Amino acid sequence: MKALVAVKRVIDYNVKARVKSDGTGIDLAGVKMSMNPFDEIALEEAVRCKEAGLVTEVVAVSIGIAACQETLRTAMAIGADRAVLIETDAPIEPLHVAKLLQALVQREQPQLVFLGKQAIDDDCGQVGQMLAALLRWPQATFASKVELSAAGVQVTRELDGGLQTLALDLPAVLTVDLRLNSPRYVTLPNIMKAKKKPLEVVAAATLGVDLAPRTRVLAVNEPKARAGGVKVADVAALVDKLKTEAKVI
Amino acid sequence: MAAILVIAEHDQGQVKGATRSAVTAALQIGGDVHVLVAGHACEAAAASAARIAGVAQVLLADAPAFEHALAEPLADLAAGLARDYGHVLAGATASGKNVMPRLAGLLDVAQVSDITAVLAADTFVRPIYAGNGLATVQALDAVKVLTVRGAAFDAAPDGAVSAPVVAVGPASGGAASRFVGQELTRSERPELTAARVIVSGGRGMGNGENFKLLDALADKLGAAVGASRAAVDAGFVPNDYQVGQTGKIVAPDLYIAVGISGAIQHLAGMKDSKLIVAVNKDPEAPIFGVADYGLVADLFQAVPELTAAL
Repeated sequence: MKALVAVKRVIDYNVKARVKSDGTGIDLAGVKMSMNPFDEIALEEAVRCKEAGLVTEVVAVSIGIAACQETLRTAMAIGADRAVLIETDAPIEPLHVAKLLQALVQREQPQLVFLGKQAIDDDCGQVGQMLAALLRWPQATFASKVELSAAGVQVTRELDGGLQTLALDLPAVLTVDLRLNSPRYVTLPNIMKAKKKPLEVVAAATLGVDLAPRTRVLAVNEPKARAGGVKVADVAALVDKLKTEAKVI
Repeated sequence: MAAILVIAEHDQGQVKGATRSAVTAALQIGGDVHVLVAGHACEAAAASAARIAGVAQVLLADAPAFEHALAEPLADLAAGLARDYGHVLAGATASGKNVMPRLAGLLDVAQVSDITAVLAADTFVRPIYAGNGLATVQALDAVKVLTVRGAAFDAAPDGAVSAPVVAVGPASGGAASRFVGQELTRSERPELTAARVIVSGGRGMGNGENFKLLDALADKLGAAVGASRAAVDAGFVPNDYQVGQTGKIVAPDLYIAVGISGAIQHLAGMKDSKLIVAVNKDPEAPIFGVADYGLVADLFQAVPELTAAL
């Protein structure tokens, strides 16, 4: 069975995002970009399924500008067999991403699509569920354990108050949470090997998806900064502040 | 103006606080607010939704297929109802985040996730980049699908009269996704997202056993216990303890951060708390930049001392 994994190029996890002074967005000029951490976990899981003999081919897909090819090379260094970039310079929203992925799913016919549960840039957390809806496939979001067999997949999911286990027929869409696995480090030999793997570029415009905006970002502002407070000398001073100044206890 | 539909989250008996916050957001948008309660043997939950002040009608879908709020039957049901509404809202909880984008996909509309303010019927504020930016977003589609950050809207209280409850739709179609089981964390303590006081531990706790120190402090304060991603990643506590960008977003009256350095992803989940206390032995820890009261100390001495002093 074939697995498709969607990976997004985002601001690096360790970089603090800064709002542009004109309030039009986040300043990404010269900022380090990386693969969305949740997508890395999704990819790792797909590669492990292949190593276990349950999946025959792992295809990584990214959507965006030409620079996303770097993200796809990383995906292939982690273990994807080949990659597809759906290239567009236009600003795209989660619904557009889901529709472009739907078009690719129709071409590639995977049995499983793995995605991160959210991207750490826009924090929308929508694409996997939207894709499942468009395909009318079952979904399991926030996966912390995936048990795949030829007949179906059993997934343990993170809830607000614990864990839930679902059994899904295939094909299915899975979005992954932090605890699912720890992605491997990319090694130099694998980076070299990844350079030789096939990376196909498809123009988004050729997929017949309407990319007209569905939302408009009117402004991006900096949140109100929290004024730093005071340091207290010891526990007694802290208790005194909590009781007499803040009056919270 | 078209009515607004709020999809309730409940335990078959009571609606959750996140739903009450979503009702508050719906009332700010303006228009009749209807609440959909889908579940199994959930008349009590429908009755609790009907008592919320400002709710004009409750739609009750009672069938075995809805018992576990699986995304497929719930989104199908809501999609069938949504054409009559201008907005569909739910709390930005694990359940809301699971179901609502599927609903938006079925309706072929955009979703605006995790709104923290309503500026107009089509314009909302939502945090992006772990809360380092606040985006003002206008939704252009006819039906606006929204998830609501509970910490940003007060829970709507009960009113004087109960709204009428009407039965809706049977579940449709076959089930390609089946419930196998669930393990819910049992705790006497309040839920993280509803707690007035939260005591959270980070990597500095050293191991899971040491969280007992925080349990003792939390018991004194009637507090919930949370954790940073680092503590969850290290296996000290379960994932549902996690406060942060990709965990729970909280805004209690008092947040006590113990052994937490203050990574931006953690701050994203708690920086709207009314009062923040930090205990950390590293005086340079970024958590002190947002703490109202900072105590530079060894937590293994300071926490028991604090527990004893309360």
